[in-house]
Amino acid sequence: MESRINEFREGLLNTLKEIAYPLVAILISVIAGGILVYSFGKDPVLAYTSMIKGSLGDWNKFGETLVTVTPLILTGLSITFAFKCNLFNIGVEGQFIMGAIAAVWAGWAFAGLPAILHLTLTLLVGAAAGGIWASIIGWLQAKVGSHVVINGIMMNYIAMYTSNFLVRTALNVSGKAYSVEIADTAKLWRFSQAFVQFKHSRLHTGIIIALIVALVAYYILNKTVRGYEIRAVGFNPDAAEYGGINVSKNIILSMLVAGMFAGLAGAIMTTGVQYRVNTLFGFTGYGLDGISVALVGNIHPIGVILSAFLFGVMQKGGPLMQIQGIPKEVVGIIQGIIILFVAANFVKVIMGNIKQRKELKKTALQEGVE
Amino acid sequence: MSAVIEMKGISKSFPGIRANDNINLKIEQGEIHVLLGENGAGKSTLMNILYGLYQPDEGQILIKGKPVKIVNPNVAISHGIGMVHQHFMLIPPFTVTENIILGKEPHKGTTLDIQKAISDVEEISKKYELRVDPRVIVRDISVGMQQRVEILKTLYRGAEILILDEPTAVLTPQEIDELCIIMRSLVYQGKSIILITHKLKEVMSMSDKVTIIRRGKVIDTLNTKDTNIDELAEKMVGRKVSLTVEKKEAKVLSPILEIKGLKVLDNRKLEAVKGIDLQVHGGEILGIAGVDGNGQSELVQAITGLSKAEAGEVFLNGKDITNLPPREIIAGGVGHIPEDRHKRGLVLAYTLAENSILGSHYLKKFRKGMGLSYQNIREYCRKLISEYDIRTPNEKVIAKSLSGGNQQKLIVAREIDRDPSLCIASQPTRGLDVGAIEFVHKKLIELRDEGKAVLLVSLELDEVMDLSDRIAVMYDGKIVGILDAKDATEKKLGIMMAGGSAQDAV
Amino acid sequence: MEGVGFLTILGIIVTASIRSATPLIFASLGGNFSERSGVFNIGLDGIMTIGAFSAVFFSYKTGSPWAGLLGAIVMGGLFGLLLAFMSIYFKANQVIVGTAINILAASLTTFLLVEIWGRPGQTDNVEYFKAVGPFNLFTYLAFVMVIVSYYVMYKTPFGLRVRSVGEHPRAADTLGINVYAIQYICVIISGVLAGIGGASLSIGSMSLFKEGMVAGKGFIALAALIFGKWHPIGAALACLFFGFAVALETVATNLPVPRELLYALPYIMTMLAVSGFVGRSVGPAAGGIPYEKGEK
Repeated sequence: MESRINEFREGLLNTLKEIAYPLVAILISVIAGGILVYSFGKDPVLAYTSMIKGSLGDWNKFGETLVTVTPLILTGLSITFAFKCNLFNIGVEGQFIMGAIAAVWAGWAFAGLPAILHLTLTLLVGAAAGGIWASIIGWLQAKVGSHVVINGIMMNYIAMYTSNFLVRTALNVSGKAYSVEIADTAKLWRFSQAFVQFKHSRLHTGIIIALIVALVAYYILNKTVRGYEIRAVGFNPDAAEYGGINVSKNIILSMLVAGMFAGLAGAIMTTGVQYRVNTLFGFTGYGLDGISVALVGNIHPIGVILSAFLFGVMQKGGPLMQIQGIPKEVVGIIQGIIILFVAANFVKVIMGNIKQRKELKKTALQEGVE
Repeated sequence: MSAVIEMKGISKSFPGIRANDNINLKIEQGEIHVLLGENGAGKSTLMNILYGLYQPDEGQILIKGKPVKIVNPNVAISHGIGMVHQHFMLIPPFTVTENIILGKEPHKGTTLDIQKAISDVEEISKKYELRVDPRVIVRDISVGMQQRVEILKTLYRGAEILILDEPTAVLTPQEIDELCIIMRSLVYQGKSIILITHKLKEVMSMSDKVTIIRRGKVIDTLNTKDTNIDELAEKMVGRKVSLTVEKKEAKVLSPILEIKGLKVLDNRKLEAVKGIDLQVHGGEILGIAGVDGNGQSELVQAITGLSKAEAGEVFLNGKDITNLPPREIIAGGVGHIPEDRHKRGLVLAYTLAENSILGSHYLKKFRKGMGLSYQNIREYCRKLISEYDIRTPNEKVIAKSLSGGNQQKLIVAREIDRDPSLCIASQPTRGLDVGAIEFVHKKLIELRDEGKAVLLVSLELDEVMDLSDRIAVMYDGKIVGILDAKDATEKKLGIMMAGGSAQDAV
Repeated sequence: MEGVGFLTILGIIVTASIRSATPLIFASLGGNFSERSGVFNIGLDGIMTIGAFSAVFFSYKTGSPWAGLLGAIVMGGLFGLLLAFMSIYFKANQVIVGTAINILAASLTTFLLVEIWGRPGQTDNVEYFKAVGPFNLFTYLAFVMVIVSYYVMYKTPFGLRVRSVGEHPRAADTLGINVYAIQYICVIISGVLAGIGGASLSIGSMSLFKEGMVAGKGFIALAALIFGKWHPIGAALACLFFGFAVALETVATNLPVPRELLYALPYIMTMLAVSGFVGRSVGPAAGGIPYEKGEK
């Protein structure tokens, strides 16, 4: 019994440690951002209070923040899922774009279907589009050995121009720089339809889908045979192969699932918020932000939820900061700094160095006594 | 004669271990001095200190009587110390010349003077009779030739003292002889050589003096001519060791593994296994002897499904398993102790429990509906830990945290506990200390006595001779002959390992 | 008459290709230094943005485009140093650090743009490098840099060392080559070159900085580097080819193919090259892996 308690305590301590590292990194970055604001003669406290007010100040603002959080959770999960197989899915942006445009097509072309069916179909088509887009990258890595990162970057741009091409041709509203609108039957249900608190927000049921997907991702990765295989391939493909695990299949499969998450994110933006897709002149950012979200979330599905919320707060708080005379780009700067600190494993490296020095001393002492 | 190098009271600690403890070592001019010790005894650490890759915590190094501080390899090189690493430090797409001059390039102004570089290399190569072509790409030359390039690298930098780290592991017996001649010629021309090895026979045949290191401490320094293998073994291990393995007469049953006309390509798409026929029976250990790189690895990979057979067939208990996926081959009854436990055998970042089911992880007994049953898995792993005496705090630590011997025990436990009809053991004792070696040997013999077939592949000729009932010798992708272990002598095997036939060996 | 017309159009296309290739050449030469030493530089795009902004800022402050160029060099170098420090000292994932630099660069330049010029969008006009003959200074410099890069990488002891570090850092280390120093130098050079590439956009072809003016050119440069098989001359030719695709689109009004296909062409070609469908492109063996001294 006592060992059980110790075990539990140990587990808790480890979890706390793992949370502590990103938290410290976030804290340092927030301070750095404050110093930057201060050095330009602005009030850092005002900056942060308006950030919080702007994102969480009332129900509507909270709702809008969750609207932003929704795709971030999913793209963060996309990065996380692929990362567990040691694949850096920088192509998440392209998969998001493909999901969004495919959902426009499904939401528009299948008008006339019953609502539930049409919506489900539209979301699935979006997820499938992202999944297919990603599995091309996975297939190239698994079968040809060409690099996921390079192909991912290239596929992002190809996705952007593909989407633009479709917006300009097949899905065009004549003369406009945006696509056709999806049918009402393909739109996600909005909270404003039932809750007066969310009257002025676009909060939709997508957030619930995102949370469910996070739990599903956690379960697949940590509790199933498939997850065991994916992680084994990620840690050591040679050993996985030796253990009778099909490496190529798992690489393609994890990219497929990662792409489906990203595609679903795009589809939810289409069915929940935009209802159409505009001509893109650059990336939407939802995909690439997923990298930051996953990283700060410690590449863990539950961490991703928390981290996506943090990024949502920062991004939605920006406009009110702007009104207070503090450029909203401060948010981007802080975000960049956070990633640098977390990526550098700043706290861990420093702590590790100190620990190592201590241990060396201890060993020398012990040997001396003997 | 004066000492060219004297290391006095050298100590070095790493987190958790004291790798060198007050070591004294003296190298005389013009001698071949062996550093003998088991894996992990601290030989490499000591030499890395001498070469400036590590800094000692305590102690002093004197070169020709003068104290020096060797803070990095550049300083070592400037004092005339050169090192030939066990794993060659060559850049495959570079030419021989580029590899040799790197870091000390002849130049005219800012431009690299490649013509002078080539002629310099040619000159040294001639002087020490190394016969190396300076213009070829390193990727395309033989292992023996690559080793000479490594030696040339040190000579080009004016090395007077050469450190050779386990230089014979990758060589054929002829190449070892040639290396011997090269070393003698170097010493004759005034160089001194430090040879790191754990092979006792090489100590006897190659060296003038030997220093034995155990657990970071110097045990003794002896003149080679005044000692013998048994004494060296005892000093190296720290207790009397029986160099022979106890085993009963084999009770040979019907064939379990049958290989017919097998051909396999290596990762460069060249034929590495060139048509092999082989049978391994229940109740016997068939050992494959041979120098590294003669197709042994590819043979094992083809049997286990890790690489594709180009031609030929493999049967297990009469069932064709050629080119089946690894999972089906494992399920069919093949256990496999892989040659590289870190590359293949373990997922180092996984816990022992997770590692203990690798290969059977999809089976029902480890599952609960769709998910894995971690409770069953941990229980299973605890059973292996106690049955195979794996030293670990518990089954939840990651495999990386275990010592090499315990990691290997975990692999052996996993592969044997699956109750295979054929067990393939590839280099099963590489890098292990004597205790762990004895354990692995005992387990393999137990398997044989239970009537299982054991296919042993090892580069250590002694191991093959001690354990096997029959010995097949592989050379250049073919089996040049199969001997009954009773008839096998080291000389016979040596000739066959170099490509000679059993008749030549008589 | 018709022949003259064709030649004129051809002339226009060629000059337009070279002009749009100029910033790409700088950045991909920069990428070549970094990647040959074993450090992936995904941050090229961000560093170009920094370079473009710094060039305008310093030209604005001093009234001299030369000071602008110098500013771009220094700031580009500093961001190179940041990437180097993160990937070498902290051994951070280089792709992530590059991504962070891209995010930082975009936000930082917009932030400073608003703070300094008091409005978003674009800066005031500043002194810039006017064209001499058909091109401005940067284009000529770009071609000089191609030759210099080739010479440094393949004809000097330094180049040999750089390539050895990217292929097999431990081998280089055992010969007394300071792996980290080489990587620091190369990644800083890559920042400097990307910075100049950015400057060529802002004080070369224009006289101001505007938000989003780099618009992924760093990634095209990266693509060109890969398509050009990690070789300075190959990369420069790839840049010219990609520049040609852009020029063709701007010159020709009714193309037989959708214009999006032309835009996407560099990326498609690069994927084909890296996957071995049009001549295999293989990068340095130790690319992207942080070097750990003393690890076996």
